Amino acid sequence: MRRIWPPLALLAAAIALWAVVVWAAEVPDYLFPSPAAVASSLADDSGSLGSATLVTVREIVLGYLLAVGVALALAFVLHFSAALRRALLPILVLSQTVPTVLLAPILAILLGYGLEPKLIVVAVVCFFPVVVNAVDGLRAADPELIRMMRTLHGGRLTIFRRVELPGALPAIFSGARVAATYAAVGAVFGEWAGSSAGLGFVILQAQPALDTARIFAAVLILSALALILYGLVTLAERLLIPWQREADCV
Amino acid sequence: MESKFTATGVGVTADGAVRILGGRRVLDRVDLRLPAQSRVGIVGRSGAGKSTLFSLVAGLDQPDAGTIAVGDRTTARERLARCALMPQRDCLLPWRTALDNAALALENAGVPRREARRRAAPLFARLGLGGSELLLPAKLSGGMRQRVAFLRTLLADKPVLLLDEPFGALDAITRAELQQWLREALASEPRTVLLVTHDVEEALLLCECVLVLADGRVTAELTVEVPRDLPRREIVTSPAFVDLREQALEAIG
Repeated sequence: MRRIWPPLALLAAAIALWAVVVWAAEVPDYLFPSPAAVASSLADDSGSLGSATLVTVREIVLGYLLAVGVALALAFVLHFSAALRRALLPILVLSQTVPTVLLAPILAILLGYGLEPKLIVVAVVCFFPVVVNAVDGLRAADPELIRMMRTLHGGRLTIFRRVELPGALPAIFSGARVAATYAAVGAVFGEWAGSSAGLGFVILQAQPALDTARIFAAVLILSALALILYGLVTLAERLLIPWQREADCV
Repeated sequence: MESKFTATGVGVTADGAVRILGGRRVLDRVDLRLPAQSRVGIVGRSGAGKSTLFSLVAGLDQPDAGTIAVGDRTTARERLARCALMPQRDCLLPWRTALDNAALALENAGVPRREARRRAAPLFARLGLGGSELLLPAKLSGGMRQRVAFLRTLLADKPVLLLDEPFGALDAITRAELQQWLREALASEPRTVLLVTHDVEEALLLCECVLVLADGRVTAELTVEVPRDLPRREIVTSPAFVDLREQALEAIG
């Protein structure tokens, strides 16, 4: 827990600096709100911001789970088929050059203003780092270990289950952690393309009203959500890969 | 631990085995003859074809010419069914305890985990590893890890053990300890053993016959007849041992 203090102190210093600059330069709230204005917006609108947060949380969590599920399933298939891997991996990389921001409006046209297009945008944004890391992690298994397993009654599936998959978990989780930081951004893109609720929708509505403090409040919540998701994934990693910490202790 | 193989043992033969890799004859007409439950050492420089020979015997690879037989079986699949490989590094799975690592081959063969542990446990006690069953590999010393790796190979219940530089990564003192330990372990669990090493002394101490492999060919075949019951220091300084060592080193070139 001691590692949490330095970044926290830095953050506090930045907020203090922000407050001082806004106060000293007499910046109007609609241009750049003071921390106090953002805080009061958070407090005053807690009801509407709370229900918007619930909508966005749903999109983030379901979209993220969809991304991880599809990414792992695809990584396993690619791992077992060299032909598919050669054919599909370059296309996956190519697909990442398409800005997902542009995908959102198309999905809104196709699927409407409901939950589904947001899930897909979140999933598309999060999916890539998980696939790539999982495929690399599975292929990184020690060839000597695999030769040995074959002489110890190990079939292809046994080797996958007992050697390759557990060995790939650290790589899979580092992909999943990167993806966790993308999920909130994906949800906002999805909502901007067409929605009637959620934190992205709150930002869209606050903008013409010049309610900048409210925009900041929504952004703050989005950051917190990304951070919480990241923390949960890290926690899951610690629980699922206990041998890594044991090895560190030696 | 009696089984259909280990009760009587299975021999290994190679007749004119040739393996060409990347245009180079890594193995050039190699002949081998290991009687059942014999211990044969293979020494040579790195790149002499030792590991390739292991892959061929184990059925992980096929010769380009000649035949390899384990028992009376020559197909790769049947060779694989009869050989267990102990790799150079211990290759223990870091997420399994020592006992679960040793029992790996049993679980791979479909034995339920509890039953696999139950079968592996007596061997721990008998071969001096009692007390370390529940430790993860990260908590074990290099020598202990290598012992667990050897038990894992034994518990595969295969008649032929292929030991690939099993003590190469250990310091000299631990290595001497483990050589003694391995001799005792093999006395209580006899198998046909093919031991690859670059340490001539190790091969002579552990094996009845030592082959020197150089440039893909067997250049010397030494029958090891030295007093076995003496302390190690006296064995390695006996005239017979010194003479064999000189012959082997000369053949390695």
